[in-house]
Amino acid sequence: MTTHAPRFWRSIPQRYNLKGTHCKRCDEYYFPPRNLCPNCRRGADLEEHTFKGTGTVITCTTIYSATEDFERMTPYHLAIIQLDEGPKVTGQIVSCPDGVKMGMRVRPVFRILGKEGERGIIYYGTKFAPMPKDEEKGPTKDSADCSGIL
Amino acid sequence: MRSVSIIGVGCTKFGERWDVSLRDMVSEAGVMAIEDAEITGEDIDALFVGNMSAGRFVEQEHIGALIADFAGLSRLHLPSTRVEAACASGGLALRQAVLAVASGYNDIVIAAGVEKMTDVSSGSAADALAAAADREWECFFGATFPALYAMMAKLHMRRFGTTHDQMAEVAVKNHHHACLNPIAQYHTEITVEDVDRSPVVADPLHVLDCSPISDGAAVVVLAPTEIAKRFCDTPIRIVGSAQASDTLALHDRRDLTTLDATVHAARKAYAQARITPDQVDVAEVHDCFTIAEILAIEDLGFVEKGEGGKAAEEGLTALGGRLPINTSGGLKACGHPVGATGIKQAYEIALQLRGEAGRRQVEDAEIGLAHNVGGSGGTALVHIFSR
Repeated sequence: MTTHAPRFWRSIPQRYNLKGTHCKRCDEYYFPPRNLCPNCRRGADLEEHTFKGTGTVITCTTIYSATEDFERMTPYHLAIIQLDEGPKVTGQIVSCPDGVKMGMRVRPVFRILGKEGERGIIYYGTKFAPMPKDEEKGPTKDSADCSGIL
Repeated sequence: MRSVSIIGVGCTKFGERWDVSLRDMVSEAGVMAIEDAEITGEDIDALFVGNMSAGRFVEQEHIGALIADFAGLSRLHLPSTRVEAACASGGLALRQAVLAVASGYNDIVIAAGVEKMTDVSSGSAADALAAAADREWECFFGATFPALYAMMAKLHMRRFGTTHDQMAEVAVKNHHHACLNPIAQYHTEITVEDVDRSPVVADPLHVLDCSPISDGAAVVVLAPTEIAKRFCDTPIRIVGSAQASDTLALHDRRDLTTLDATVHAARKAYAQARITPDQVDVAEVHDCFTIAEILAIEDLGFVEKGEGGKAAEEGLTALGGRLPINTSGGLKACGHPVGATGIKQAYEIALQLRGEAGRRQVEDAEIGLAHNVGGSGGTALVHIFSR
């Protein structure tokens, strides 16, 4: 699919730096950003929040057959990750020679997501990689508890 | 609100129909339904057509006018409306037609569904279908539909001990049912080993866990129940019609192993019909992937949460079992021309309740249910039918 530049350009803050939304009234975090909080359905108390990008793999799959844009990357790992602030996101898991497991701790990495042919735009953004062993610690008291989901 | 009945049905053969176009198929199914109902064009008050993505599949929009035109109705200048809810477009067209008749606004209304998917490559078709997910926050990172359902399957396996063999049993059963259905895309029996040996698409789902890319069209004709007998000896009453929505992206759902949209639509439809799930004799559910049928029979209340895999393994959902599911062959083996699927489900249930389902007839079927899902669960429709 060919995309015109504005469509990619306007989401650079979210795709590069994981900028989302925090509702001060509900103390809920949202990624991608929202103009209305789905909990209180108001927009006045929303502020920007930059997510740390660390989280836990809730579920995952390895894709062997993809759409045309991703066919040359197969096989690749896709997961739903619960970020430590609470919201869940869909993303690729890279640099994981031992495969992806549910419950695995991950951190964000800046990668090429795709490109439109030899002359088109190159898309950059966030993928996720396993947390290095020495930094690996379970979710802290501030982060979401995934034990109920897993 | 008036009671609404189906007075005529028609459905084309599903499959790779390289010899016919979108407009050919919709007029073929339409003529069958109109002849079945014994009505003429002048009797029709309005048309609704479910179609997901003719713009992507055949580069044609404005499907409402197109189907009225090629059904030979252009000189009657009837209102003809296309509706879209991804793979639930057909179910949504049925519901819009039900509302039009129930409200008293229209009497005789056509509900059609059509999709022509094989005019593009399978990669382009997969990309068009991926538009039913969140393009910006799922597909952009490489998500495909099989991958989304694979992630639901992984979590279902972990929580409830569901196995891939149990999922494969769904495909085996639906292929068996399809062998008994003349309009089905596949007339081949398969085994659990065949499913296991087929290539992996998105782990744990193999090719034979997935519904195919298909062409097809289906049409039903609705009328107020009070005049339905004028047209038809065995009108089928629509006693429940409900629709619900949920987050577009799978990752935002409350629970990744439940389609809350299905749960909510089912609850409303059962209340309208004043029945409980155990009173349903036959059901067509949305098995775009084998795991989807397992989730559906749980979310519709036919079995407890987590018991869906076991139900498939024990034959509960096969013809001759306690609750036959997808006697048409389902999306898996009858085929899944996305916009047509919801109407084909109503077609199959109408045949079952009329006693006209031939070798796949469920004996004494009185109450039937159709369940149609859009995307990974952003939309669900549940219709309940009674003889």
